[in-house]
Amino acid sequence: MSDQGERPEVLTMPSTSPATVVDVTDPVLASKLERERILITRICAGEKALFYELIQPYERAVFLAANSILQNEHDAEEAAQDAVLKAFTHLARFRGDSRFSTWLIQIVINEARMKRRKERKHLYDSIDESQSSDDKDYLPQDLADWREIPSEALQQKELRDALRRAIDALSPIYRQVFMLRDVQQMSIAETAAALGITEASVKTRLLRARLQVRDALAPGYDGKWTGNDGHWNKVRPW
Amino acid sequence: MKRLTISCSEVIQEISNYLEHDVPGELRARMEIHLVDCAHCHAVLDGVHNTISLVSDGRVFDLPNGFATRLYSKLKTADDD
Repeated sequence: MSDQGERPEVLTMPSTSPATVVDVTDPVLASKLERERILITRICAGEKALFYELIQPYERAVFLAANSILQNEHDAEEAAQDAVLKAFTHLARFRGDSRFSTWLIQIVINEARMKRRKERKHLYDSIDESQSSDDKDYLPQDLADWREIPSEALQQKELRDALRRAIDALSPIYRQVFMLRDVQQMSIAETAAALGITEASVKTRLLRARLQVRDALAPGYDGKWTGNDGHWNKVRPW
Repeated sequence: MKRLTISCSEVIQEISNYLEHDVPGELRARMEIHLVDCAHCHAVLDGVHNTISLVSDGRVFDLPNGFATRLYSKLKTADDD
């Protein structure tokens, strides 16, 4: 498997990577996974209506994973729906040696990539990706006094918009890793498995993405850092 | 003898792994010594940490209105077929 490239898109039903083998010590998570295992067994035995219950906790995750690649709500919804349908149809192929969520997100990623290829959007992305190198160092903006943005500020639309813009502005390879690891809080191993890249690549891309989003948020959402006098010319509105 | 000091660029390269608790103990200790005195690296660390906290909050991204309804409708149609 190529470190820089993407998973071959003919493989729409992913096999489980050894890196994602389930080893759960958290009792709450273990209980959730056991509940999922029972649900999957019952669905495969014919209780298909239970699939709604299985998929409900992941509605947001499937949409955001698709949108991280397609960056278009309509296309992302369509890809997410198609992926969920594939998961439903092929649930018996899920072997249970990875988490169901990882398997599901792998299907979504494949579906979104196929859709992007069909619509030739990748031609534009490939230009972006060629301009992004994991090897180049990224130098974060020199802002010696980071003013913490409190989570209460998320109630303000301006901050949510600024965060979404900052993430949208990332190159695709950075955005996808950032969305899975930091927004959806998948593990490094799960992120690597979902995207078909190495854990080392996930870590490298995550660093770049985090630094760029951090820079985009400080100190103002208009992107201006300092005025002619060298001082900050705008205080963040949140 | 191992080098005790560490440069800003070395700290920045490891800042993401540092927040993941994924750097060896000896390197972590050197980074922490550096962070005590370096306002720039400390600001980067604080900013990245703050950024991660904000984006992990479920309020940043909304699902399109009616997403779940349309998804389950499509599933039901597939199941009926």
